[in-house]
Amino acid sequence: MNNFPNITLEIGIYAEMLIDWLMDNFEIGFDAISFILLQILLGIESFLLWLPWWVIVGIVFALGWRLINLKTGIFFGAMIFLVGTFGGEGLYWGLMMSTLALILVAVLVSLTIGIPLGIWMAYNQRIQSIVTPILDGMQTMPSFVYLIPAMVFFGLGLVPAVFATIIYAVPPVIRLTNLAIREVSQEMIEAGQSFGSTPWQILRKIQLPQALPTIMTGVNQTTMMALAMVVIASMVGARGLGMEVLTALGRLDTARGFEAGISIVILAVIIDRLSQAATNRFKAKE
Amino acid sequence: MTTKLKVEHVSKIFGRNPKSILKKMNKDGGTKEQIEEETGHTVGVHDVSFEVEEGETFVIMGLSGSGKSTLIRCLNLLNVPTGGKIFIGDEEITAYNKSQLRKFRQDKIAMVFQHFGILTHRTVLNNVEYGLEIKGMPKSDREKVARTVIETVGLGGWEDKMPSQLSGGMQQRIGLARALATEPDILLMDEPFSALDPLIRREMQQELLDIQNKLKKTIIFITHDVNEAFKLGDRVAVMKAGKVVQIGTPEEILSNPADAYIKDFVQDIDRTKILQAKNVMFKPTAIGTIKGGIKLAIKEMKDNGISSLFILDSERKLQGIITIDDAIKANQEDKKLSDILRNDFETTDLEAYVQDLIPKATESKFPIAVVDENSKLLGIIVRVSVLSALV
Ligand SMILES: Nc1ncnc2c1ncn2[C@@H]1O[C@H](COP(=O)(O)OP(=O)(O)OP(=O)(O)O)[C@@H](O)[C@H]1O
Ligand SMILES: [Mg+2]
Repeated sequence: MNNFPNITLEIGIYAEMLIDWLMDNFEIGFDAISFILLQILLGIESFLLWLPWWVIVGIVFALGWRLINLKTGIFFGAMIFLVGTFGGEGLYWGLMMSTLALILVAVLVSLTIGIPLGIWMAYNQRIQSIVTPILDGMQTMPSFVYLIPAMVFFGLGLVPAVFATIIYAVPPVIRLTNLAIREVSQEMIEAGQSFGSTPWQILRKIQLPQALPTIMTGVNQTTMMALAMVVIASMVGARGLGMEVLTALGRLDTARGFEAGISIVILAVIIDRLSQAATNRFKAKE
Repeated sequence: MTTKLKVEHVSKIFGRNPKSILKKMNKDGGTKEQIEEETGHTVGVHDVSFEVEEGETFVIMGLSGSGKSTLIRCLNLLNVPTGGKIFIGDEEITAYNKSQLRKFRQDKIAMVFQHFGILTHRTVLNNVEYGLEIKGMPKSDREKVARTVIETVGLGGWEDKMPSQLSGGMQQRIGLARALATEPDILLMDEPFSALDPLIRREMQQELLDIQNKLKKTIIFITHDVNEAFKLGDRVAVMKAGKVVQIGTPEEILSNPADAYIKDFVQDIDRTKILQAKNVMFKPTAIGTIKGGIKLAIKEMKDNGISSLFILDSERKLQGIITIDDAIKANQEDKKLSDILRNDFETTDLEAYVQDLIPKATESKFPIAVVDENSKLLGIIVRVSVLSALV
């Protein structure tokens, strides 16, 4: 026996109370968020599925070619085509589009939240000192922990998956935006001020363009984290390649698991290389 | 001349409680170091007053940390003074609200920075356009203006390059062009050439002098280099520990330094570059005239103990020089004054630098005549004055 004293602290109750209170008072808010996210998600997903497959293969090829080189473009195009052949009847093509839609929405929302928040942090010392420890905490937590609040607020399905993905993926873009804006040379900003610029003009014409390469690095990292979260997010019921991996695992179906796994890897590599190449473009312009 | 800029008792103190520290300082006195030790506040500038005339180049010089940047940044309110008033024309800019201040910065004043402050994400042309863009000038107009100014500062052909493709000296030309593009009345330059190597630096100084000759802006120029200060400045203010310790023309400061600090400062100046003909010449007291004739000329030379004499006509125009030997001989042979006039002497104008007079002074056996454009005699420079200016 370890002889630990018999004390019962029921912290869980307070957490439950907080959640209940949030649900009671902000139900409309959660419903609205849920509705909007779902609409965007379904919109993008059905658009991607509506596009003929060769358009998407073509786009991937063209991006690879323009941003990296012709060989890479052909390789990426072939890889994407390969994924489409898995499972028969375009099964994996559909799954891949669902996953892509999830990633796109998560990244889009992360950027709309993350970039302004990063700017705000750069401008306001207090916000920075509040947000930084939260971001630190978020990045040390195992990713599936985010599924819990996501499920509590949004139940099962696509929305909690997107929500959890956003929470997991948003820190890098916040951090790097903050850093990038803070690092803009003071003399450049003063030059802007000395010509009578408004704060808004300084942000738009000096700070943001100067910060762009670093912000793009943040966007790249956020994208990669969103991709990594997709498999885990499928645990709460988002259809896509992630769920395929889970199902295969459950049935000990090695062949299917391999196909699903390799599809995710291919998607990850392509997205990573393309977004990195795009980021380097911005840096090269300096 | 009209006063363009008036600074009245301006102070800038950094720290948590600058206003009360300033009050205490005004009441009880205390040096920059004392205040820093006692209160932890930094005195950037304390109780500085001066005026700058329209079209004048006013140089502020002083050692590092003496408050030069703090002061110049008060003039466009990048630093808001802790106390005191600043007037441009008869507007008190220290009383401006935010939008008045923006308007003022857009239209009246521009700044050139030590490390250029160039926007690295914009082309040369777009950098120069920046101020006009903020003013709200349409794209085609501002491009036209920017191209002209780029030409003025000698950057023609580089319009579409990125700043990083240009050398330091050329980058500062962008800074200068950007500042000139908005046609400001006042140009603030905070050590604009300090980051450049000596050769480029001299070139830029000359460029600024040329531009200033054409445009006649009111310029406030900061430097810690005495040579630069005296070369460019119509007047120079010397700062020390947040205070202005002397204001004057380069000659005044050079010939009459207010204290040991300034004496130290001006010691490494090369005097020949600063002193001009007008600083070392004598008023021509002993002269002869054509009308006066030979006899009078001989008497003049004898009375003054000199061996040669400049001869003028009735309008004080310089006709030539005679020597005592020639004059005595001519007098015996009954020749006229005009027969023995010689022209193998050197002339110069008022503004010539003593440095450039050295060869003339050492070669000619006669004094150098200082004349105006109508060849009226204004003064005489003897060899010894030129050479003594060297030490
Ligand atoms: N923003 C600031 N906060 C606190 N102290 C400052 C600030 N700016 C300047 N100071 C202090 O004010 C004093 C004057 O500095 P300033 O930069 O005006 O000197 P300077 O004459 O321009 O020197 P340098 O030749 O090195 O540029 C220094 O003691 C400096 O530390
Ligand atoms: Mg300075």
